[in-house]
Amino acid sequence: MTTIDSKIPEGPVAEKWTNYKAHQRLVNPANKRKLDIIVVGTGLAGASAAASLGEMGFRVLNFCIQDSPRRAHSIAAQGGINAAKNYQNDGDSVYRLFYDTVKGGDYRAREANVYRLAEVSNNIIDQCVAQGVPFAREYGGTLANRSFGGAQVSRTFYAKGQTGQQLLLGAYSALSRQVAAGTVKLYTRYEMHDVVMVDGRARGIIAKNLVTGKFERFAAHAVVIATGGYGNTYFLSTNAMACNCSAAIAAYRKGAYFANPSYVQIHPTCIPVHGDKQSKLTLMSESLRNDGRIWVPKKIEDAKALQEGKKKGSDIPEEDRDYYLERRYPAFGNLVPRDVASRAAKERCDKGFGVNNTGLAVFLDFSEAINRLGIDVVRQRYGNLFDMYEEITDVNPGELAKEINGVKYYNPMMIFPAIHYTMGGIWVDYELQTSVKGLFAIGECNFSDHGANRLGASALMQGLADGYFVLPYTIQNYLADQITVPRFSTDAPEFVEAQKACEEAQRALLRNPKGKDGKSVDTIHKELGHIMWEYVGMGRTEAGLKKALEELKRIRKEFNEELFVPGTEEGMNNELDKAFRLKDFITMGELIANDALHREESCGGHFREEHQTEEGEAKRNDQDFFYVGCWNYKGSDDETPELIKEPLVYEAIKVQTRNYKN
Amino acid sequence: MSSIFQSSIGRKLIMSITGMCLVLFLIFHLSMNFVAAFSGSAYNAVCGFLGTNWYALAGTAVLALGFLLHIIYAFILTVRNRKARGSVRYAVEARNSKVEWSSQNMLVLGIIVLAGLGLHLAHFWYHMMWAELAGNEYEIGATDGTGWLQYYFSQIPVVICYLVWFVALWLHITHGFWSALQTIGANNLVWIDRLQKISAWVAGIIFAGFAVIVIGFALKVFPLFD
Amino acid sequence: MEKNITVTLRVWRQKDAKSKGGFKEYQVTSTTDTSFLETLDILNEDLVSKGEEPIAFDHDCREGICGMCSLYINGHPHGPATKATTCQLYMRRFKDGETITVEPWRSAGFPVIKDCMVDRGAYDKIMQAGGFISVRTGSAEDANNILIPKEKADEAMDAATCIGCGACAAACKNGSAMLFVSAKVSQLALLPQGRVEAARRAKAMVAKMDELGFGNCTNTRACEAECPKGISIANIARLNREFLKAKLKD
Repeated sequence: MTTIDSKIPEGPVAEKWTNYKAHQRLVNPANKRKLDIIVVGTGLAGASAAASLGEMGFRVLNFCIQDSPRRAHSIAAQGGINAAKNYQNDGDSVYRLFYDTVKGGDYRAREANVYRLAEVSNNIIDQCVAQGVPFAREYGGTLANRSFGGAQVSRTFYAKGQTGQQLLLGAYSALSRQVAAGTVKLYTRYEMHDVVMVDGRARGIIAKNLVTGKFERFAAHAVVIATGGYGNTYFLSTNAMACNCSAAIAAYRKGAYFANPSYVQIHPTCIPVHGDKQSKLTLMSESLRNDGRIWVPKKIEDAKALQEGKKKGSDIPEEDRDYYLERRYPAFGNLVPRDVASRAAKERCDKGFGVNNTGLAVFLDFSEAINRLGIDVVRQRYGNLFDMYEEITDVNPGELAKEINGVKYYNPMMIFPAIHYTMGGIWVDYELQTSVKGLFAIGECNFSDHGANRLGASALMQGLADGYFVLPYTIQNYLADQITVPRFSTDAPEFVEAQKACEEAQRALLRNPKGKDGKSVDTIHKELGHIMWEYVGMGRTEAGLKKALEELKRIRKEFNEELFVPGTEEGMNNELDKAFRLKDFITMGELIANDALHREESCGGHFREEHQTEEGEAKRNDQDFFYVGCWNYKGSDDETPELIKEPLVYEAIKVQTRNYKN
Repeated sequence: MSSIFQSSIGRKLIMSITGMCLVLFLIFHLSMNFVAAFSGSAYNAVCGFLGTNWYALAGTAVLALGFLLHIIYAFILTVRNRKARGSVRYAVEARNSKVEWSSQNMLVLGIIVLAGLGLHLAHFWYHMMWAELAGNEYEIGATDGTGWLQYYFSQIPVVICYLVWFVALWLHITHGFWSALQTIGANNLVWIDRLQKISAWVAGIIFAGFAVIVIGFALKVFPLFD
Repeated sequence: MEKNITVTLRVWRQKDAKSKGGFKEYQVTSTTDTSFLETLDILNEDLVSKGEEPIAFDHDCREGICGMCSLYINGHPHGPATKATTCQLYMRRFKDGETITVEPWRSAGFPVIKDCMVDRGAYDKIMQAGGFISVRTGSAEDANNILIPKEKADEAMDAATCIGCGACAAACKNGSAMLFVSAKVSQLALLPQGRVEAARRAKAMVAKMDELGFGNCTNTRACEAECPKGISIANIARLNREFLKAKLKD
């Protein structure tokens, strides 16, 4: 059996990172100039890594799929970024942030990584402020904080509801500076297609120029992928349209293990799906749950009337409303963690209490808050979100709808959970190196820090930690013995062959066996998404997962035999590029389903209906599943990958059951 | 410093400074004309005082230079800006209600103003300052400003031309005045709306002032005394 | 209530940067609760099913923050809705039977790549010229050592909300990128940590903007009116101030 070395340094958890840095190998400045690093992706992790590595003196090649690095989907993060600054004097510390993150992750994250993350969190805030990120401030000029789910302290730094945007623009500005300095070369509208291996090490990539349609070869001493998560496997998600898992899957096919793919985060407050033409889901900030109350009708006949459009939410009086989160979780109420809130919504809708025509929505109601605080205060807090909601749905949640027995009822919002973030990803060791030598993975793309569930405001923290403060150190430990390796020629046979393989794969996609009577990429992707959401979504069962795996086989067959892609391989062809991504989404779907099927427990974002308590809460099985599930590619997409286990070792934290009831 | 006028903002700075000088000149011109509204002889005295003295000539030269720069740069900027727009134009362009019409049509307005200026110079400057310099003699004397006012504004077509000219000038300044301040950086979030209001007032006063003079002379109400 | 809506889309089609383009008309049926871009998706699905090439247009996050979407719709960048990007535009803004003209951004700085897709790399180049604070990773002092008055921080934040979509230059009759440049210069000039390089930044960014062929600002305020993030032209005044101050010292 293959064993796994996570390279966790010796010593107590609080000293591991310091020890590591003190003893790691470094590359001297003269040698850095001779070393090339490819960074794929320009989100928080990719841009910050490319900028930092360039600044250190390495020669960096940075790729992004959009027209500018600033478009990466990190930009859409709203809430904030956590750090253990304790500026609020509320008892925060590195240890507490570490503890909350591990607990929030349902005890499935690697201790040493999370501790390091908490440790560097403070440097991130310092760095971003120095870059000119306009974080919210108090009147005294100091930084402001807000509280977020899963923590008892206020440690979240924010820039209005656009924290991700501001942090990304900060990293993008640092990157721009390096591009101007000539240390980073930027390739926009390029998509990575394969990792090129030379003598068992990652030595370059094949990337497609999306404008000319040509595959190009790039060589480097190390390859870093920072290409985000795989949420779009589900077709509908809060991810951007171009988000895909092809780079990660390419790495996986080259021998990088894929870890914990079944840990998928479902965000409870998204605008419900309205029809089959919808292209993506819009997230409404989690902050709405601070004042909004979530409910469905108590009576099934009311729910029926709502579904048939005969009644509106405001027609149902207070006594007939079931505030199910407050009922089930008195201590946390509407502020339970994301996975708990999402499952509770699904449970109600499964029982037939959904409130829109699809039966897949619950109400988020501000009547109580408006009656208590007045519409002005509520609008001040959530006005922009109300406007956004109105623009999309044509319903204004701040509008008085009805008065029953002297109680004022306002239009409620409708929300439903949606795929949002993926905790699983490419397996990496403590140095963020994958199981392929010379290949690194950072940001959402790797699996490292969030365990089975990610807390709010931690994604930005992890992306920037990896890119600014971790990878630039750890990659040197790998590169230190590469200084004698001269630059590679992209004319080497490995590169030429890899390019040829990409071109062949492209021709295969353009075969169009059924001509234009075949199915479009989106049609098949929607089928895939439907299967994934239905059987590999919020509530999973053994039978459902087995069915999903069968269905995925069928979809792959359909993809091979019925796909229709218009156009040619010359020039820009978006449909062709989407077809490439879909092929990998199908493989990803199988990975998620296989992992979910094998993990006979419920934890964080993975909920197996067979494994729940009598009250319907997740039941972990630490006895048998206290490990990272890593999947190793077996040479063909049709073969079930091999499972390799990385046991989790907890030294600092005592593993407990998560409890948000009291 | 040297390259400042080769930059886009520098070129705008020239428009801004010359434009503001021209507005100042208009205010000065208007206040002189108001003398004519009250007393013809007093106005003639002013005209005589400003006749062909070195300071009046120097002032005229500076003014002419200002005009010239303002006009030349207006064309330079327009050519550059059209080029920046690219070779293919939009097929459909909707007007945004928040965009003042005048701000989009400064060149057209400027050309009307220029045409009006030509007329005005032919009417007055040619018969007054130039006549004095060249030694030309007319029925009405070179320093008899009031006489010329009465002569031209008794003709209805001339009055109509002048009023059209003033309207163009009015629109030109409504945008031009605050725009000039914006260009030199004298604006911020608080003052942005105030400056636009002030601009409208300045333009309005200039328009109304000149219009009153012309109409007053057309109706033979001016000069009020003597 | 959600209703069906059938519109005629008059869309700019252009094979690539070198080819000559032209308008083509398509009929498409959508619903009032469907977004404009989803309506284009519907049309594209239809085109694919007929074996035709779908319309190329830029889009990504579809929630109004990445700045990737563009399109000049019925004479407005990002369409008729105010303070919204194209991806936040819904079909209920249009009438049944209406003809909607869809064009790419038109500006010398934004050459067309294909159909309604343009190259906005010029904005990246302007950023590279000076849209940053030179600080080394890991060399920053404690964040709270820099005190910034709340009003200043808020104003900097308002400028920083720019999404770099290019609507300002697309809306401007002069093809000027001043609103974009001023937003970044303003954000950093307002903050003490950005003041250090303020003069150098303003000069470098304006020089690059001029070099790339963008026009001169004539203060029409069209950019501000069409900006999906409502960036104020007060920022342009600040840029002018910063630039002139810097130049006068040279």
